[in-house]
Amino acid sequence: MSDLHAHSVAYVRDTMLPQADPPASETGAIGWLRENLFSGPLNTVLTILSLAAIVWLIQAIFPWFANSVWHADSLDNCREILDGTLGACFAVITERWRQMMYGFYPTEIYWRANFTLLLLFVALVPILFINLSARARAIVAATIFVLSGVLVWGSFWSDIGAVGAILLILLFAAFAFAIYEYDRTRKFLVAFSLLFPFLMIWLVWGGSIWGPVSALLGFVIIGLCAAYLPPVIGNLGATIVAVVGAVIWWLFIASAFSAAMGSILPFSIQAVESRALGGFMLSIIIGVSGIALSLPLGIVLALGRQSNLFIVHTLSVMFIEFIRGVPLITLLFTASLLLNYFLPPGTNFDILLRVIILVTLFAAAYNAETVRGGLAALPRGQYEGADSLGLDYWQSQRLIIMPQALKISIPGIVNNFIGLFKDTTLVTFIGLFDILNFTNAIRANAEWHGIYWELYIFVGFMFFISCFPMGRYSKWLEGKLATDRR
Amino acid sequence: MTAEADVGSGDFRFSMLLYDRRYRSITIQVLALLGFLLFVSWLVMNTVHNLQVQGKDFNFGFLWTRSGYDINQYLIDYDSNATHFRAALVGLLNTLLAAVVGCILATIIGVVVGVLRLSKNWLTARLMTVYVEGLRNVPVVLWILALFAIMTNVTPAPNAFRGESPTASMLFDETVAFTNRGTYIPFPHMTWQLGVFFLVLIASIAAAWFVRRESVRKLEAEGAEPIAGWKIAAIAVVPTLALMILGAGFSFAVTSIIRLAVLAGLIYGSILAFRAIGAALAPSIRQTVTALGTIAVVLLWLLWLGPIVWNGLFPAIGLDPTLKSFVPLDAPALRGFNFQGGLKIENSFVALTIALALYTGAFIAENVRAGIMAISKGQSEAAYALGLRPGRTMSLVILPQALRVIIPPLISQWLNLTKNTSLGLAVSYMDLRSTLGGITLNQTGRELECMLLMMLIYLIISLIISSFANFYNRSVQLRSR
Repeated sequence: MSDLHAHSVAYVRDTMLPQADPPASETGAIGWLRENLFSGPLNTVLTILSLAAIVWLIQAIFPWFANSVWHADSLDNCREILDGTLGACFAVITERWRQMMYGFYPTEIYWRANFTLLLLFVALVPILFINLSARARAIVAATIFVLSGVLVWGSFWSDIGAVGAILLILLFAAFAFAIYEYDRTRKFLVAFSLLFPFLMIWLVWGGSIWGPVSALLGFVIIGLCAAYLPPVIGNLGATIVAVVGAVIWWLFIASAFSAAMGSILPFSIQAVESRALGGFMLSIIIGVSGIALSLPLGIVLALGRQSNLFIVHTLSVMFIEFIRGVPLITLLFTASLLLNYFLPPGTNFDILLRVIILVTLFAAAYNAETVRGGLAALPRGQYEGADSLGLDYWQSQRLIIMPQALKISIPGIVNNFIGLFKDTTLVTFIGLFDILNFTNAIRANAEWHGIYWELYIFVGFMFFISCFPMGRYSKWLEGKLATDRR
Repeated sequence: MTAEADVGSGDFRFSMLLYDRRYRSITIQVLALLGFLLFVSWLVMNTVHNLQVQGKDFNFGFLWTRSGYDINQYLIDYDSNATHFRAALVGLLNTLLAAVVGCILATIIGVVVGVLRLSKNWLTARLMTVYVEGLRNVPVVLWILALFAIMTNVTPAPNAFRGESPTASMLFDETVAFTNRGTYIPFPHMTWQLGVFFLVLIASIAAAWFVRRESVRKLEAEGAEPIAGWKIAAIAVVPTLALMILGAGFSFAVTSIIRLAVLAGLIYGSILAFRAIGAALAPSIRQTVTALGTIAVVLLWLLWLGPIVWNGLFPAIGLDPTLKSFVPLDAPALRGFNFQGGLKIENSFVALTIALALYTGAFIAENVRAGIMAISKGQSEAAYALGLRPGRTMSLVILPQALRVIIPPLISQWLNLTKNTSLGLAVSYMDLRSTLGGITLNQTGRELECMLLMMLIYLIISLIISSFANFYNRSVQLRSR
């Protein structure tokens, strides 16, 4: 073509011009600015307003932060050091962070609380880590191992001794390895997750190991019944026997059993009273136990609400709507004021346990709605497929429906946990010493009277660094699970 | 799942209750009901027994006894001689007030932030993300406490407004005062002007609504160009604004005209009087004296008497030429140790509603963003292809579809906010929990009655809100074939 043209029409160009660079205003930093910040009048106004807001915030807050005092023993001392300049007094955090984190927990066993938290992360692995790549597993395993090292090496060395330190390091090395080799060690990690609640109770509250063990044995009874009885007396019969057996065990035999075993094989660690639990640790304890304990109940309620048995359905709906219809604070006041009315006279267990019971009921209603969402999201074909295989209701739930429904409910459950975790601050109002109540206590103290921003910022920061990653993780998981199902 | 088992119609045996699917569901239900009834009767029996032990009865009669405590914010008449029932009612109204104001603010914040988070402006979108993540990852109680700290510790005390050189001053032309005891704002007197104001406001909004409906009808029936949105907004707003301006200006104009007329009359009268005196003079000098004298009289009025009459006499006889609001306002003023007059807004109310609005607004922003993002890009592209402008695309194509996604979670956020008003406890806001579930409960010692009643009221409020949600869901649900 070009050949022809070159001969016939002289003025037609037969070679391409070299490609010109895009104009400078369209590329690089300037192009990006034009595109993203100044693409039109409205956009420009928004940019200017945003810049103004940022500048205003920085000039209002930065000097205060920059001048902050980290070491002082009272607010007056702090003000002397500041000498009239504007500045924060974070010395209150330096002085009191232990209280705000651990409450009145004995200082020499802080390590128990810390390692329980770390074990919680290990226990969460089988629940939260779905189809993780080898690299991600390696990162998680390394993080947990490094954290355990930090905890051992940190201020807790003196409390656990050299042997304890080596044992703990070995334990977490084993866990890290198990997490990395997740596909092969899955059963082991799941078993650990199931054991963890009892381990947590023992590690946090201390005392004889036989208390948690005898509580665990009740569940073992349920498990054994579920495994061996159905062929003999059918599903319903097995369920009834399991529940009745476990209840009899817990109510009448468990305490005697633990007392007897305690006298035969006394194995106990330093006991801590519930009153000593406080600070941020208390929020974690209430939040985690609330969600963990509420899950079974939540699943049952969700199934009840989906069920076509009228009475079961009605009871589930009534429970869920009642709990979701009243503020959590009224339930907490129920725990502190009313629960003693409802229980047999003379029953008097401590306020923390009462709070955990009510929080569990509260979380159960929300988890039930989340699980119901998961159940509803499953295509009908799954139910029909299970039916066509001839599975009965519980078999199809256990083998087909629940594994899928629970998996897609996990992000929702994590979100419920975030909400519940933030709401645990409400226990302040019934007199438990959580982190927020410690801010009140510190402000009531003569040394720190009149300080508030520093404390609020610390509390807010603690919640933010806990909730923000969880929220992001749940969002990420949601996206991942959504693509799985396509 | 519960397919009927193929069992012949044999004799009924008791074992069939357990093994036969036809009867098993009944067995399960009866067992569940029995278990539930047993549990409830166990609770009731325990309660009855415990009440007996403590020598208490279950009786709501205390609601009609004298409450004996004060409530600092009441929407209906209340004093400490009123009954506990009325105190609870005042508390309920305070709860609802905080909930309604909070929901309105939260929705506005949520929509603005949600849209801005999707803005193409990189900086604004990031800033809004920081807002959303910062707000919603921190317990709401902390926000309430922090705002209360601002309201009570950062604002000046009333006596800072006093004296020769006050350290604090009122805002907006001496009408609004932020103090650590509360915020004082002007409040309209209950006069006929207020009635006229509301009448005009309602009438113009109704007119705007009719005009819009008519324009939409014409658009659909005849394809006529619809009336622009800003014109409709003008119909709704301009009459009220005009009333306010004219109302304020009218009295100003009338008094000014009267004053000018009176002043002109006085000047003219004194000139006439001078002339009458001048008429007695000899004709040769009469003209000169009269002319000079007239000028002197006018100058005398303008420079000396005029200002005295204008600034001194007229105000003294009530001819005050200042601009006044059409609706007479009761403005707060510093009297004694505190501000009097106007409307006092409790700091606890401000802290509670603003904190709840900011916190819930962050969640609503996420719902709004999710709702807009849920609409596929093809919808807006198709609208552009039809030639719709971005504004029209948003209002006619995207929003109607997005609302279906946004509204259900929005209502559940409203529900959350309403329940969270019970956290007013942290700042002593006198809501239902602080009256019925707080002081009344502590004074009468009737925990069971107070708590049950309070839970019931919260439950009813929640059920009303969620039934709205269900009603909406049913009405907008996509009809699937």
